[in-house]
Amino acid sequence: MLLQDTRVQGMIEINEELCKGCDICIDFCPLEVLAVSTTINRRGYYPPQVIKEEKCIGCRLCELVCPEFAITICNE
Amino acid sequence: MTQRQTRLQAFENRTLFLLGDEAAAYGALYAGCDFFAGYPITPASEIAEVMSRELPRVDGYYVQMEDELASISAVIGAVWAGAKGMTATSGPGFSLMQENIGYAIMTETPCVIVNVQRSGPSTGQATKPAQGDVLQARWGTHGDHEIIALAPSSVQECFELTVESFNLAEKYRIPVILLMDGEIGHLRESITFPPFDEVVREERRLADPDADCFGGEPVPPMSHFGEGRFIHVTGSTHKASGMRDVSTQSVHEKLVTRLCRKISDARSEITRVEQDVVDGARIGVLAYGATARPAQGAVLEARRQGCAVDFLRLITLWPFPEEAVRRLAGRVEMILVPEMNLGQISREVERFTSRPVVPISKIGGVAHTVDEVLAVILSNGARIESPVG
Amino acid sequence: MDDTTIIPGPERQLKPHRLLRFLRQEILPTAFCPGCGCGTVLNAFAQAVDDLAIDPKDMVFVTGIGCSSWIPSPYFKGDTLHTTHGRPIAFATGVKIMRPDLKVVVIAGDGDIAGIGGNHLIHAARRNIDITVLMVNNWNYGMTGGQVSPTTPFGVPTTTTPYANVEHPLEAAELVAAAGANYVSRWTTYHVFPLMESIQTALQVEGFSFIEILSQCPVSYGKMVDMRKASDFLRYYRDQSVRAHKAREMSAEELD
Repeated sequence: MLLQDTRVQGMIEINEELCKGCDICIDFCPLEVLAVSTTINRRGYYPPQVIKEEKCIGCRLCELVCPEFAITICNE
Repeated sequence: MTQRQTRLQAFENRTLFLLGDEAAAYGALYAGCDFFAGYPITPASEIAEVMSRELPRVDGYYVQMEDELASISAVIGAVWAGAKGMTATSGPGFSLMQENIGYAIMTETPCVIVNVQRSGPSTGQATKPAQGDVLQARWGTHGDHEIIALAPSSVQECFELTVESFNLAEKYRIPVILLMDGEIGHLRESITFPPFDEVVREERRLADPDADCFGGEPVPPMSHFGEGRFIHVTGSTHKASGMRDVSTQSVHEKLVTRLCRKISDARSEITRVEQDVVDGARIGVLAYGATARPAQGAVLEARRQGCAVDFLRLITLWPFPEEAVRRLAGRVEMILVPEMNLGQISREVERFTSRPVVPISKIGGVAHTVDEVLAVILSNGARIESPVG
Repeated sequence: MDDTTIIPGPERQLKPHRLLRFLRQEILPTAFCPGCGCGTVLNAFAQAVDDLAIDPKDMVFVTGIGCSSWIPSPYFKGDTLHTTHGRPIAFATGVKIMRPDLKVVVIAGDGDIAGIGGNHLIHAARRNIDITVLMVNNWNYGMTGGQVSPTTPFGVPTTTTPYANVEHPLEAAELVAAAGANYVSRWTTYHVFPLMESIQTALQVEGFSFIEILSQCPVSYGKMVDMRKASDFLRYYRDQSVRAHKAREMSAEELD
């Protein structure tokens, strides 16, 4: 279940083409794992990029809040 | 035997003395109606009362909603969940329902809306009959559209035409309006009930899993919720699949044209009239609903007095029986149209003839008398025989 | 931006988002504005359905008119009845009466549910009919550009209250609870975890369940209150929200 995975470190999958650059995931990640990238997508938005993957605790806030289903955490 | 058959067997071949409203309700039950949502309004409340009593006995559902908008909404929702649904109201409620009647037209939702017309506009003479909603039934909702509307002239016809309304609704996937008037709705007459199995019921045509429900043929097959189709029903312009597309001009044109043509192309199958013509008639009387009765009485009396008159009773008001009207206009030199309004169907008659069309209007909640219509027939008859030089 | 590059060619192989299977993927990304809370509500709802292992075949969505009504229609792959403004609850009543075995879910906005549809809301709550209503409250009529709505806070400028809103907002959740609903809650699109759990509860509770979801409208509403990014709203929801049990102990002035 979603809330039981909080202590496992995750692999962050970003689907850049679905992203609309709203920056919610970047602004609210509790460990500042994400930042705005400089790579524009096809629709003209700047998706996030992972800058501190080792800090990710797999809390899944980014995954659940993303309005476009553009970011997901995959647990190995 | 189903609960419905068991309950309605009790009426088989019996003759009862009922209100037009009550007869309409029983017609719905015979037609297979299993959902009614309504709101009280004079002179239609009796329909709701009978449905609330009888529907639970035939495995159906009655719900009284908080207003007329909710009533028609609940009917449409229930139909997509598998029901044969109906609501009943009068002028003020009919006005409130217009938006969702348009929704039912656009989504091709079969359902029956009974409007027991009363004197308007607005609150008007709440308890008195009229025929003032005829053009509203045709054009009350916005946008290009067609509609089917029937007008009963007797309590027996209230029963029969309600059954026909359900059948037309299913056959053409369109809301059908039963335009009663308060005169017939609150009239008590004898009505004989047929055996349940002898009543013809049109069943809903359901789609195969991959067939489209909103295009592909003039009247596409339908589908219900809860069958795993993930059907998308919307009042926005949509493609044959049901998915919304408001940006492509051809999608809208194709959809709305089909919605209109499925009715207008089938005009001759849908429309029903009753006519009584005599040789040498130079005047025709065209009437419908409650007014047809004094009108027919006047026609018969005029003939007894030596004036040959044709009589045409419209059973279907919309689509308008233009062929029958053209034929009448080809026979006579003048058409009289008695109506309990200031001239609504008469305007439509004018479109199909260059002969003079004379409305015989009477408003104020009192039906025409035979003498009133007769007087107009005879004075115009005399004028035709010996025109002022 | 000198060092920007455009992603070339076909996309790399991505591990699919677990919830995408509930959506009509061919029409993504959504038509919602960047940062719109509607997408978050869709996300939380899909997650709730996934966690409860509800089969979408057993659901019917009924929506009205407005941005929030687009949350399931067309994005969630399920039987959908997209109705007229203000009326989804009435349509849903008809659906539920005929198919009580299906989960009937209404998702629409504040103007739709509590404005034009207010009467239907009250009576459905009074009837306690077993449907779930998610009222996505973005404090304005967003689709039409940002007019004042029955839930706009007092004093706010909108396109039709250019001199500030002189009316007080309707407290929809309290109204529905008073009318007789079995389950009522209010969350925001910041509080996504409790929101998702509340949706699960609402779907399971028998009787009328209602969730008011405060949701950001950064474009139509945000332009009038100078909160143009979704995160501005989420910070506001985070910092200004008070949990219900605490609110009961506060005075009216504190709550304002």
